[in-house]
Amino acid sequence: MSSNKQRPSILDKSLSRGKSEVSMTAYALLFSEMVQYSHNRVQSVSDLHNKLSELGERVGVRMVELLFVRERNYKRETKLLNVLLFVKGTLWKSLFNKEADKLDRATDDERTFYLIEKEALVNRFISVPRDKSSINCAAFMAGVIQAVLNCTGFPAKVTALWHKGTTFMIKFDDAVLIRDKQLEGR
Amino acid sequence: MFYPLYALASQFSPEPKSSGIEVLEADNFRMNCLQTLTGVKFMVISDPKQSGIDGLLHRIYELYADFALKNPFYSLEMPIRCELFDEHMKSALEHSEKLGISNV
Repeated sequence: MSSNKQRPSILDKSLSRGKSEVSMTAYALLFSEMVQYSHNRVQSVSDLHNKLSELGERVGVRMVELLFVRERNYKRETKLLNVLLFVKGTLWKSLFNKEADKLDRATDDERTFYLIEKEALVNRFISVPRDKSSINCAAFMAGVIQAVLNCTGFPAKVTALWHKGTTFMIKFDDAVLIRDKQLEGR
Repeated sequence: MFYPLYALASQFSPEPKSSGIEVLEADNFRMNCLQTLTGVKFMVISDPKQSGIDGLLHRIYELYADFALKNPFYSLEMPIRCELFDEHMKSALEHSEKLGISNV
């Protein structure tokens, strides 16, 4: 009777966001196992990148919904530059607790953008052996970005390169550019 | 080669629950050994006058756990050929040498 008023019941409290942190070691060991699992099932470097990319896509699809609900208040982006800034800022902040280092546009091709990260968190403990130096496990991150862009209505292809640290080359489809120009023209 | 020595030493020890050889000292060198809870042994061979090896051994254990075990391209029991491990080892050794010799 009197005890009911003293403590708010769990149904009265608002939904908590939960702890958004995970131990780095736990993540690193899980990711190492993911890379090994994919590595044992492929024959070539590009297949490995594809497999990691697919795993990343599954993460990206779920992150998009979550972030637009929590951070952007149910509003979706319609402009190209805004969605790229969303990836650079909000997505990176929620995944790695920092913004991506740089976002550049290619000078020769207006469909291509470069997202540069000097030290990718996913690669922190990974030393690639000399004979396989083209493997870049940031392909997982590329998959996340690709899924985010595809799900927000800006179809693109994202690849991870070893350039200035790690560079994600984002190549949009023609239709996206045309649509964006029309929007700006209005 | 060392593993049976350690097993023998822990059995021979007069005190119960001994952990095996930790320091082996000779005229020209000293060998320190750290045995982890999982049975992995880290050995450092150094100058007898060098101090701070215990800290170095723990640091090496940390580096092993970070850059060798979390590396997907490293298989257990093989020689460690990881760049990041080598880089961090070098700086840990330099750091320890700077500190150790000044304490003589």
